[in-house]
Amino acid sequence: MPLDREAASRAANALPDLPRDDEGPVFREPWEARAFAVALALHERGVFTWPEWAAALADEIKRAQAAGDADSGDTYYQHWLATLETLVAAKGVAPTDMLHQYRDAWDHAADRTPHGSPIELKPEDFRS
Amino acid sequence: MANHHDDHHHGHHHDHDHSELSETELRVRALETILTQKGYVDPAALDVLIETYETKVGPRNGAQVVAKAWTDPAYRERLLADGSAAIAELDYVGRQGEHIVVVENTPSRHNMVVCTLCSCYPWPVLGLPPVWYKSAPYRSRAVKDPRGVLHDFGFELSPDIEIRVWDSTAEIRYLVLPMRPPGTDGWSAERLADLVTRDSMIGTGFPKQPHEVA
Repeated sequence: MPLDREAASRAANALPDLPRDDEGPVFREPWEARAFAVALALHERGVFTWPEWAAALADEIKRAQAAGDADSGDTYYQHWLATLETLVAAKGVAPTDMLHQYRDAWDHAADRTPHGSPIELKPEDFRS
Repeated sequence: MANHHDDHHHGHHHDHDHSELSETELRVRALETILTQKGYVDPAALDVLIETYETKVGPRNGAQVVAKAWTDPAYRERLLADGSAAIAELDYVGRQGEHIVVVENTPSRHNMVVCTLCSCYPWPVLGLPPVWYKSAPYRSRAVKDPRGVLHDFGFELSPDIEIRVWDSTAEIRYLVLPMRPPGTDGWSAERLADLVTRDSMIGTGFPKQPHEVA
């Protein structure tokens, strides 16, 4: 199935708490749109259903609230991202240690990249 | 808000002149890279989807800033003198603590901003950058041939109007203050804000004309 606005609307309808306006999802920061699109792509690939996703996201939010998150709505996509990480690890798609390794590599890539150049991941970034 | 402005300068890591990504951005990139390598996502397909949400990302407060400058001469003075402080007055604060310089279009000078291929773009004021803005051809051509770039966007500028191109640095982002369209005397700032397009604040376009929003 294509990754398009129709798929996004279906997601928004399946997830009542998703920040949205009359036309569909809205995002506070660019990375939120990216994280949304990644989840949509995984859903379209059949990695999880929306009810399954909603349950995992609810668990994540419950955990965060227990840890003191005010849940004022502006952390929605933080929970979204944590849910993505948990689900891809649980499904064996991307293990947690691999996520950490790539996170560190991107950090290294950002550090060595001068302003004005695109940040790209290179093999050297994995050597710490 | 003065204290906001002070906050700007904390957590400022541009000292070594390298790009930076927030902790969250690092995690998103890590996830996307792994999923791409394993064939679960196609970054080009993500780009296409996200592009359709271009106008749905970020608070896009720039139009309010411009409309206020058009209606409040004292605010306009402050905006041109210290863009970051004047924008912070409206409670719009950039995440990266970047310094925003506002450059004003006049009948004899048009300003155009090129940004970089990294994430340095004042999205809290402008929303998500259009895809073409990040492209290498736009960037290099805007510097060499700004008139040609404007032509491609469907605008012809008279040869006697000087075009100045501003390239953002690690510390400075630019926002163009376009000229107020004629025929808008007596309009409120709120109504004027509807005329202010994102492209007009990058300098690759102009504000809408009154009849376009009637």
